[in-house]
Amino acid sequence: MSEPETLTVDVNGFSTRIWRKGSGPKLGFLAGFGGLPRWMPFLDELARSRTVIVPSLPGFPGGDRGHTVLDTHLDWLLAVHGLLEKAELNGADLAGSSVGASLVAEMAALWPQSVRRLALIAPFGLFDEADPPTDPWAQRGDAVPGLMCADPAIWTAMKTAPEGANSIEWPIEQVRANEAAARIFWPLGNTKIEKRLGLITAPTLLLWGAQDRIMPRSYAERFAKGIAGKTEIRVIEGAGHLAELDKPADVAQAILAFMQ
Amino acid sequence: MKLMWFHLMPYTELPDDFRDANPSVWVDIHSSLFDPKRAHHMYNDFMDELEYAATCGFDAVCVNEHHSNGYGLMPSPNLIASSLARRTTDTAICVMGNSLALYNPPTRVAEEFAMIDVISGGRLIAGFPVGTPMDTCYAYGTNPSQLRQRYHEAHDLVLRAWTEQDTFAFNGRFNQQRYVNIWPRPVQRPHPPIWIPGGGSVETWRWCAEMDYVYCYLSYYGYKAGRATMDGFWEEMKRLGKPPNPYHAGFLQFVGVGESRQHAFDLYGEAAEYFYGRCLHVDARWATPPGYTSEGSQRAGIESQIKQAADANVRGKSTGERFASVAREMDAIVDKGYVIIGSADEVAEQLREVAVNLNVGHLMLLLQFGNMKKDLCRYNTQMFAQNVMPKMKDLFSEWEDRWWPQPMAAAQRAAVPAYMPKLAAE
Repeated sequence: MSEPETLTVDVNGFSTRIWRKGSGPKLGFLAGFGGLPRWMPFLDELARSRTVIVPSLPGFPGGDRGHTVLDTHLDWLLAVHGLLEKAELNGADLAGSSVGASLVAEMAALWPQSVRRLALIAPFGLFDEADPPTDPWAQRGDAVPGLMCADPAIWTAMKTAPEGANSIEWPIEQVRANEAAARIFWPLGNTKIEKRLGLITAPTLLLWGAQDRIMPRSYAERFAKGIAGKTEIRVIEGAGHLAELDKPADVAQAILAFMQ
Repeated sequence: MKLMWFHLMPYTELPDDFRDANPSVWVDIHSSLFDPKRAHHMYNDFMDELEYAATCGFDAVCVNEHHSNGYGLMPSPNLIASSLARRTTDTAICVMGNSLALYNPPTRVAEEFAMIDVISGGRLIAGFPVGTPMDTCYAYGTNPSQLRQRYHEAHDLVLRAWTEQDTFAFNGRFNQQRYVNIWPRPVQRPHPPIWIPGGGSVETWRWCAEMDYVYCYLSYYGYKAGRATMDGFWEEMKRLGKPPNPYHAGFLQFVGVGESRQHAFDLYGEAAEYFYGRCLHVDARWATPPGYTSEGSQRAGIESQIKQAADANVRGKSTGERFASVAREMDAIVDKGYVIIGSADEVAEQLREVAVNLNVGHLMLLLQFGNMKKDLCRYNTQMFAQNVMPKMKDLFSEWEDRWWPQPMAAAQRAAVPAYMPKLAAE
């Protein structure tokens, strides 16, 4: 796979990475829990027929320490909105996974004109006491790979420092990604997004890994019920919470078909 | 030097199979293990023990704050401290302390500490810990990414609440209060001495040095493991051009005094193994909320592991890894220096060495630990007070302790009626 083009923009004074690859209509993607310490095959799949644009969220890999100045949910939403504008994604199709999916949904709710079609992979944002999500921040280190992916080795490969990486800064960057997610979603993952789902008018695809061990599958229906636009639910066999890591081709195909 | 008597208030009846049958002593410890009627006796025994220590002549009695914790039954140390304020007369009361970010609004801490200071006639030491991950992020649900920012802001607010004369508005990042004006105000001016229990982070060392606060290292792993941390603190102090006044520091140490080393080994083995075996059985999943450890400390930890530095075992490891690698049998507990045992002479000799080597003028002693029975605790306390304390008091007499409470003169203080125990016949 070839390297993406890397752009850098400023978000609240923090240098923020934007990856760009492919040609065709724009498709934005916000990554899930852990962020993107490296490029991944799923994005290549999307780039076959679309211009894929991948901004880093504040505090996630490529997002510097941008999370440290975001204290409220409104701070986060405005930062992400500004980031998408700088990434020239206004009016484009948007996809997101996990924590990124939650923010993509928020964008569609608050700025409905800025999103054409929406794809959400197991988004955060809801909490049902009777069927709670797994707490991703209260885990022994060795349990995390198997919670994030159906195939733990895929997560481990994503998170292992590549040759030549700074052996001190790399692990700190991975912890920072978990911290940034915590900063938005601690302690339950509940941002009360339920109240805003009715503002989403964009047609929305909800994707769920059949083996998601973080977000209960029942949440797909809760999202679908709340969203005002037309919705469709697709379950990806053989995939975990970050379905795009486990099954890049299947997830990309489902999204591309939906966005046409 | 100052010798201070510290109580953690551990639940003393965790079952023998606690480690095997339960994931953790902290956060999700099961309620069925807690018998309130037994705890009634524990609390009363513990408070007797604190009061007894005060009568034995310890410079201070110390309490601290934990939540959802089987070895720390003081979610509110202030409740115990207020009782101690009435039942002790000249002993300093060290609340070690209130985790500032957990109080909403944080002026609650300013108020309650002021109450204790006023009731006790100015005997309070005000401890401000950040709090452990288990207490703050999990039991109390505080966002680990905001914990330290909230802590520092709350500190600023409490300090202003104690010192500003007029009602003021506090316009903070996390706390906004239109009318701050606490009643009562503390007896000690400008405010009670502030002590900071911290881990081994450079940020905390620097902050204590700059703010002129006592830095306390409260580790359960004794003087051997604590050496590197205290050395780090003093190096940072030197770098900042601060004098090495031993009273600028505090250190926690478990101690068991007997007739001889073997006698002490036999006396305290069960209680020590109970503490290190059952009380420090903490599930690693509660130990590392992301953001709790500053990036500077993460960096220092990784670097010290890479260098295989002497302190890598403590600084390079997460709280969870430390809990997992704890020695749990008496031989190793003593060998690693977690608990100092021996005859009074042997203990005094070791403790003098600890105080000098770590350059610590405030020793906080855990003479009750684990499931230690009340009579043994009393024996340990008395042995220490009578036979160890006199051999240590002269240490550091050339230095001034500027961080000790300044109470009202005895003649000005209220006469608290003597406590009247019921006669056995009643």
